Amino acid sequence: MSALFVHTWWMTHRRLKALMRNPGLVVMTLVQPAIWLFLFGGLFRKVAELPGFGAASYADYLVPGVVVMSAVSSNMWAGMGVIDEIERGTLNRFLVSPVRRSAILNAGVIEQAVSTAVQSLVIVFLGRLAGASYPGGVLGVVVLIVASILLGAIFSALSSTMGLLVRQRETIIGLSVFLLLPLTFLSSAFMAEDLMPDWIRNIAAFNPLNWSLDTGRGALADVPDWQAVAVHGGWLLGLAALMILLSTLSFRSYQKSI
Amino acid sequence: MQNTATNAVEAESIVKTYPGGVKALDGLSVTVRPGEVFGLLGPNGAGKSTTIKILTTLVRPDSGTASIAGHDVLSRPDRVRRVIGVVSQRSGADPMASGRDNLVLQAHLYGMRGAQVERRVSELLDRFDLGDAAGRQVRTYSGGMQRRLDVALGLVHRPRVLFLDEPTTGLDPEARAAMWEEIARLAGDDSLAILLTTHYLDEADRLARRLAIVDGGRVVAEGTPEGLKAELRGDAVHLELREAPDERRVRSLVEALPGVREIVFDGRRLSARADDGAAAVPIALAALDQAGVPVAAVTVARPSLDDVYLRHAGRRFAHTDEPVTAGAGGAR
Ligand SMILES: Nc1ncnc2c1ncn2[C@@H]1O[C@H](COP(=O)(O)OP(=O)(O)O)[C@@H](O)[C@H]1O
Ligand SMILES: [Mg+2]
Repeated sequence: MSALFVHTWWMTHRRLKALMRNPGLVVMTLVQPAIWLFLFGGLFRKVAELPGFGAASYADYLVPGVVVMSAVSSNMWAGMGVIDEIERGTLNRFLVSPVRRSAILNAGVIEQAVSTAVQSLVIVFLGRLAGASYPGGVLGVVVLIVASILLGAIFSALSSTMGLLVRQRETIIGLSVFLLLPLTFLSSAFMAEDLMPDWIRNIAAFNPLNWSLDTGRGALADVPDWQAVAVHGGWLLGLAALMILLSTLSFRSYQKSI
Repeated sequence: MQNTATNAVEAESIVKTYPGGVKALDGLSVTVRPGEVFGLLGPNGAGKSTTIKILTTLVRPDSGTASIAGHDVLSRPDRVRRVIGVVSQRSGADPMASGRDNLVLQAHLYGMRGAQVERRVSELLDRFDLGDAAGRQVRTYSGGMQRRLDVALGLVHRPRVLFLDEPTTGLDPEARAAMWEEIARLAGDDSLAILLTTHYLDEADRLARRLAIVDGGRVVAEGTPEGLKAELRGDAVHLELREAPDERRVRSLVEALPGVREIVFDGRRLSARADDGAAAVPIALAALDQAGVPVAAVTVARPSLDDVYLRHAGRRFAHTDEPVTAGAGGAR
């Protein structure tokens, strides 16, 4: 246990140090959310006035949407890092050392959680500048961020698994291109569920991105809906655990192929 | 406590087939004694890296057994990992981190703490002449510096067995000479056994105390470089013919000469072994001339590892992709 802790600590240290070395990258990943926020926020301001939309202002509504969309979009690239590490031989160096497999994986999950949290927090702050308010307060914001971390974990685990199994950059790019927009628009990210066509609403019910929105918005509401938070948050947690397990298993498959 | 007489590496009948049906290892066996430098010599694709991957617990063999310093590779990989240092063919260092950061991380992964880490890392930086570059990102290092860092990474935890997979491939001559010196220095440490792979004959000849020649996933010859060469008895005579010969005719012609044996054709090249090379050459030239087989060049040499390889693998080392008697491809 203590070896696992020490190894996780040092492997995480390495990754966070790499992240700090490249602050430009963090800023870059925020350009797009900022654009969504200000562009969509301005463009669709009147949407909130639609009967049945159910939010005080479109900015309030939009911020959780941009937070979760950004969590998916940045975590979807995790597989690229995995492929880099494979090609450099760094992964193999760790695999022949006493370092625990789970420590390698934990470090990835923790790094992803930290960077998603920072990213989400910045978006919440930018949302504030764009005129959003968060009736659910600090607690609501924290729940939204946790939900975005879990959502990010699902997609970074998926992307890492693909990286380990397929080891082709094109696959990771494809994953991101083909999944991000459908997942976003087949959810309540930008449009209230009550105003969606039935078929979209039915699909959205199975969309993890939508679960994280329900979790975050449930907690940010004037009168938080803790039951919705618990149910959808539970689904998120379960799927995240499953995906992380899957990526652990894909290590074995990787080792069979080298 | 390990018995000091336990072999550093013992591998027995290892078979490894990759998906797609490539048989990378086909019953390879090898033994490395404690403290010795052992070379695995073979052309590209012979199975050297696959052997290293299996012995270092990265890959599981289909069948066969292996142990490192007495620890079974398959059942106790955790123990094996503590006693081995690995320098793989591809550098494993993180190019975005500094040399020092790479070493510090490695030390912590092997369970070192605090001041111990500091001491060991500066010791290695000094020893591998990386002190000035310690704070720089590894991607700014020259090829030779990167390779030295790789070796330093493999040595952080003072392993008992060090694996070096083609340590000098891709290095310029100067860096290569420096790496040779470094390996020779490591060889002086009797508590460290080294398993080195290479596709350079001169490297194996120079560094390995014993070596195995690997071809097609199995060991085709094994011994000390001197012993292997001595087994060949006599000098190597290489004749380069002007045109592709009628092999049967030329063979019987040369075979009839006194003290000449082991005739092998390789395109237009004919290699043979003679008790006394200097005496055999004029006789052979005269005989070939008389038979109307013009000779372009002749060399006589003490046996080299190339000759050992030729004898055991049935083809020359330098262009091993071609079968022995392939038509025109002989010139090099
Ligand atoms: N991951 C792999 N997948 C499929 N084939 C492989 C893989 N690694 C090696 N091989 C094949 O196994 C054989 C031995 O390769 P290798 O051990 O790398 O040789 P060497 O290191 O002696 O050049 C080669 O034919 C190579 O193509
Ligand atoms: Mg190799």
